[in-house]
Amino acid sequence: MKSSKKSKSNNIAIKLTNVWKIYKMGEVEVPALRGLSLEIKKGEFVSIMGPSGSGKSTSMNLVGCLDIPTKGQVYLSHKNIASMTESNLAQIRGKKIGFIFQQFNLINTLSALENVTLPMIFQKVPQINRDHRATKLLKMVKLGHRIYHRPSEMSGGEQQRVAIARALANDPDIILADEPTGNLDSKTGQEVMKILTDLNRLEGKTIIIVTHDEEVGRCADRMAILKDGQILEIQNLKNKHKKCGIGKKQTKQQTTKLIKKKEIKKQSNKK
Amino acid sequence: MIGDFFILALKNLRRRKLRSWLTVLGIFIGITAVVTLISLSQGMRDSINEQFEKIGKSRIMIVPGGAFFGPMSSSASVDTLSEREAELVNKIHGIELASGIISDTGVIEYKDELESFSVWGMHTDSERTKYYKSIGLLDIGKGREFKASDNHKAIIGHKIAYETYEEDIHVGNKITINGIDFNVIGIQNEIGTGMHDSLIRIPIESARELFEKPNNIDVIIAKVADGENIDDVIDEIEKVLRKYRDVDEGEEDFSVQSSAQTIEQLNGILAMVQGVLVGIAAISLLVGGIGIMNTMYTSVLERRKEIGIIKSVGARNSYVSLLFLIESGMLGTVGGIIGLLLGYGFSKVAQLAASMFDVSLVPSFGFSLILGALLFSFLIGAMSGLLPARQAAKLQPVDALRKKR
Repeated sequence: MKSSKKSKSNNIAIKLTNVWKIYKMGEVEVPALRGLSLEIKKGEFVSIMGPSGSGKSTSMNLVGCLDIPTKGQVYLSHKNIASMTESNLAQIRGKKIGFIFQQFNLINTLSALENVTLPMIFQKVPQINRDHRATKLLKMVKLGHRIYHRPSEMSGGEQQRVAIARALANDPDIILADEPTGNLDSKTGQEVMKILTDLNRLEGKTIIIVTHDEEVGRCADRMAILKDGQILEIQNLKNKHKKCGIGKKQTKQQTTKLIKKKEIKKQSNKK
Repeated sequence: MIGDFFILALKNLRRRKLRSWLTVLGIFIGITAVVTLISLSQGMRDSINEQFEKIGKSRIMIVPGGAFFGPMSSSASVDTLSEREAELVNKIHGIELASGIISDTGVIEYKDELESFSVWGMHTDSERTKYYKSIGLLDIGKGREFKASDNHKAIIGHKIAYETYEEDIHVGNKITINGIDFNVIGIQNEIGTGMHDSLIRIPIESARELFEKPNNIDVIIAKVADGENIDDVIDEIEKVLRKYRDVDEGEEDFSVQSSAQTIEQLNGILAMVQGVLVGIAAISLLVGGIGIMNTMYTSVLERRKEIGIIKSVGARNSYVSLLFLIESGMLGTVGGIIGLLLGYGFSKVAQLAASMFDVSLVPSFGFSLILGALLFSFLIGAMSGLLPARQAAKLQPVDALRKKR
């Protein structure tokens, strides 16, 4: 099946071109990303793996319009985010992107329902529609019986499911998940990953997930491995037999081991 | 959307109840003080204006000595006026009628009880009686007015008749003033002011005898004819009296004042007192405003992560700052509402306390005071929240989210 060049470029949801992000710590400049380039297609499920400090979360923040690059370009639906105004960025965050965080990041004073309606308030959705959609989403993540509970009255898995419902509130095209299973036990982690893979497969959402856990990373179509702010390797997992089990939890040490293995392999290939 | 912001702000305020109430306290103490002071002083102004309204603005009083309210005023002066001067004033063009009055203090005895009151000696001819009535100096409730032939007769104020002596004084009773017998022929209606209700009016001839003032008078009361310019008439009176008393301009030993001038002077003094008091109370409002600012800054620090969250789900900078402004405005407005209610309560207490001392003080709660207090307290709140709200809005979402709680 051949596709024209135009339709191919139209198919790109996110494009990072030679992206640098440099943090200033007093006098010292610390590069978090060093010339990172990556293309993610619409409807793709991509995982980003790497040890702490490899730039995973930084790249995620850039894609999510939470931050802008020091150098290079980040394109979201072919628009360069560096040239956008603050309110345009907020608009994109609210409408096109749904965030899921490791710490859940729910607002503790609000009920599950109110947390899910919050993104819709900023998009000026009328209250009836808001409540209706939030209830539907909470039912979808199997929290229909907990809609008036506050985050403090819920388990970690339940909170993360509320966060997923919130991420879907404005029906975004892209879902960004930063270590979504990082604070959950393996069973709950599995449930969360099931919801995310379903969203990708059944609803066609573009999903980018940042993780330490190789098993979680393997749920994706592609897995980008980052080290020192650069892409070490991109593995295509689409046609492989998927082992999206999240059976055992990967520790940071294990991830480091995996990275080392890849590095050795890469160097031997070069030779 | 604004409605949702109000609900969010309310939830935020409610989650830190104690701190919110303490912050509100700072505002409502100030608003209470301001509202109480303004309503009382406004009430005072209203009652003064009302009294002068009864008298009419065309009344002119001429008294010996310096200005009414100057440092040289009142009884310290030994100067007097004469009947001749009253006649001269009466002849001035633009004066409808001018009449001299003797004013002094007498000890009034009734059924072996002694009290002292102001006594006015007034002319009793029918023309002047009619005139006194027209300017509110005579308002008989019981009994009759003076007749030209009356001697040793008295018309007494409402308070003297009914609220002073153990037994009420009635028309036909006998009282003594400075030891001389007088027949009570009339009782005035209640006017509501201490001065008029505690005054005894007697024929001027009796007053001359009683106070040994054969030719002097203490006050000339004149009425400007309709359509005449009061200021011009005052100038003319001053000119005539200067000539008669042989004094230069600027060194007058008498003073001429219209009721309009008096009311202006009184209002001016009241406004000044009101200004100073409200100014002092406003300092506490300033402190309350700083309290709100402090609370809001703390709130921004505490809620960095929350700010990051709402920004990550699509809140623009302007929404974040609006959210904080509504919160601080609410603190101010709640303070204003409580302050208004307490201020109302306090001024009613002051009214009650004043009435115990026979002082009539009716606080005035105009629509503008209520609206002004609410608007002002909202503004204080919102303005105090301005800088913290800007700080919150300027937070980069990525930095805000990174902050651990």
